[in-house]
Amino acid sequence: MELKNSILDKSKPTFFEKHQNALYKSLEDKHTTVEVEQDPLGTRMILNMGPQHPATHGVLRLLLELEGEKILRNRLDIGYLHRGIEKIAENKTYQEFMPYTDRMDYLSPYSNNVALCTAVEKIAQIEVPDRAQYIRMIGAELARISSHLLFLGAMVMDTGAISFFIWTFKERERIYDIFDNFGGHRFTISHCRIGGVHNDLTPECISMIKEFTESFPKEHSDWLKLLNKNRIFYDRNANVGNITYDQALQLGVTGPNIRAVGVPYDIRKFDPYLKYDEVEFDIPTRLEGDNLSRYFIRMEEMLESIRIIRQCLDKMTPGPIRTDNAKQTYPSKDEVYYSMEGLIHDFMMTDTGICPPAGVECYHAVEAPKGELGFYIQSDGTGHPWRMKIKSPSFTNLQGLEKMLDGEMIADTVVMIGGIDPVMGESDK
Amino acid sequence: MEYPIVSSYLILAVSLAFLLQSAAVCVYAERRIAAFIQYRVGPNRVGPFGALQPLADVIKLIFKEDVTPIYGNKTLHTVAPLIPVVTALLTIAVIPFGDGLFIVDLNVGVLYLLAVASLGVYGVTMAGWASNSKYSLFGGLRAAAQMLSYELPMGMAVASMVLFAGSLSLIDMVNTQMYWWGVFVNPIGFIIFVVATFAEANRTPFDLVEAEQELVGGFHTEYSSMKFGMFFLAEYMHVVIGSMLITTFFLGGYHLPFAGYYAHLLPEAGTWAKALLDIHVFLGKTAFMVFVFIWVRWTIPRFKYNQLMSLGWAKLLPLSIANFVIIAFILMVIHTYM
Repeated sequence: MELKNSILDKSKPTFFEKHQNALYKSLEDKHTTVEVEQDPLGTRMILNMGPQHPATHGVLRLLLELEGEKILRNRLDIGYLHRGIEKIAENKTYQEFMPYTDRMDYLSPYSNNVALCTAVEKIAQIEVPDRAQYIRMIGAELARISSHLLFLGAMVMDTGAISFFIWTFKERERIYDIFDNFGGHRFTISHCRIGGVHNDLTPECISMIKEFTESFPKEHSDWLKLLNKNRIFYDRNANVGNITYDQALQLGVTGPNIRAVGVPYDIRKFDPYLKYDEVEFDIPTRLEGDNLSRYFIRMEEMLESIRIIRQCLDKMTPGPIRTDNAKQTYPSKDEVYYSMEGLIHDFMMTDTGICPPAGVECYHAVEAPKGELGFYIQSDGTGHPWRMKIKSPSFTNLQGLEKMLDGEMIADTVVMIGGIDPVMGESDK
Repeated sequence: MEYPIVSSYLILAVSLAFLLQSAAVCVYAERRIAAFIQYRVGPNRVGPFGALQPLADVIKLIFKEDVTPIYGNKTLHTVAPLIPVVTALLTIAVIPFGDGLFIVDLNVGVLYLLAVASLGVYGVTMAGWASNSKYSLFGGLRAAAQMLSYELPMGMAVASMVLFAGSLSLIDMVNTQMYWWGVFVNPIGFIIFVVATFAEANRTPFDLVEAEQELVGGFHTEYSSMKFGMFFLAEYMHVVIGSMLITTFFLGGYHLPFAGYYAHLLPEAGTWAKALLDIHVFLGKTAFMVFVFIWVRWTIPRFKYNQLMSLGWAKLLPLSIANFVIIAFILMVIHTYM
């Protein structure tokens, strides 16, 4: 009420008073206003956590109403990393937009690339060669491991064990090195192309991946040994950040967070894209719905990813890595440099891009490390999407966080944020 | 109690200088050991093997701007960093470093130690309050609660050692451990004491006061320059003091293990050789305990506030009382029937 009055005092609505009042009302009701009510003893306190807080994984802002160390109510405020990516997409060709997806979930850029490419390929009906699909799978699974490694390091660091972060980064560093060899970029790789991938894997890269798949499980089991029987770590995570089956389903929580409440929802099995129907893997699922179960699920998923990568390496056969249709994908560099048609097609692709049929719309989702990452595209027949809506897993998972925080302690906040594993770049887009 | 003599002042000067230096050595050791644990190199640029790094750190701190929060309490904000340092320095008065090498033989040495050690928390609590920041306040409150909860088990663990010595003087306490160290005759007391010392020193897993993750530094969030440096210094001095206390109470002080059985092989008491041996044995044990402090810090996660309380009050306190009663009973039986 005070807020409303103070705003009204300042601006004095004259035009469409009713409408403006409604606007102010909505501002006042803004999700992120917390005021202490009914506090005769004066023991409560509002704590503002973030957006510049080292443990909120970027620029997440939390408003906590505290009684001692206990959280009574909380509000989440997001949007501090909003860059208007969806709007940018409307002014870019589909291929040009891909580097932006790298910067959404910046911990697993490859998954985002795959999500965009598969969505565009679905709307433009582009066939992708098998080898390209396997390469994409390897990239996506490596990105998943990389993302889960950061989850592991960050969450364990949030509980107070600082060294773990650096141990997981040692392995992440190896994944970066692989990506360096994979597509010439360590971090924001942008290796996918609509209709295939940019380049084939070099033998050196394949041997690096093989070496990684062999040595990683050992490191993984060391971590399990260190954490699973660590009483403090166990107690910090067990029964912390509980979310029920119903709540999780209603809020649209996806990814490891929903598998932690016992919903085996994994798009790789549920609606296979790429070649996920041809490889064998399990979906780790738990029933508890607490932070510990989310940890276990991610730990197991890393091993499943290793399993998938191994199968992909076995099943990959030599062949083209991009579709052979100049209207649907960039021509290879050889064609561009040594043939007139190639050069023209290259210009056309850069200038106009891939044009899906007019008036068509599609939604395609992939299982990103954080959950269901979907791209909804409406086409008007040009090379730019008329509208692109990104369904990002971090955004929906953060809704779950608000439910989890009530009644927990301050020290749990950071652990829970770590357990949910949001990336603000993706949540705020 | 004897009046201090000239050699006492000498020992005081040497030990104070040593304690202040030990903080620098600890900083260097912590950074190198942390680096070793984390597959890193650690500081290796300043001086040989980076040994001058602590000096560089101090110079950096001195040249930083000293900021006091506008709405904070300026007096308390300035006084607060001094308290932990002073209390840490006071502790050294009663610790025996060797045979006859002590500053003062206080007949209530144990009480003095417990009293001085618990004063240090005032600095942290005052710092938290004077900063006028919610995060700092939480740190300060946590510190007070933590200190209260762990004083008691610590006192009981020490009391169980007092039973063996039959004296509150630390010199007597060390001398009773000549044959059997406290850790061998009173292992439960040792564990309780070590846990409580970790809590008193505010080190992981009991560093809720700082809680880098959720409280972003806790009580020293609003401190900068040498005021922060004082807290930093105090933290490491408390680590050293804690290690010295563990050594004195449970690891036989300056005695080699089971030294009483082969005392005739060692140099005679009162000679230089004996003094050097004693000091090195004492420092060796202290260094080992400091290493344990550092080792634990970089491997173990932190407790939560309620877990800390339940560990202190529901587990350690009953255990330490039971330990005390059982030991008292056994000693009574031994004294009566043997």
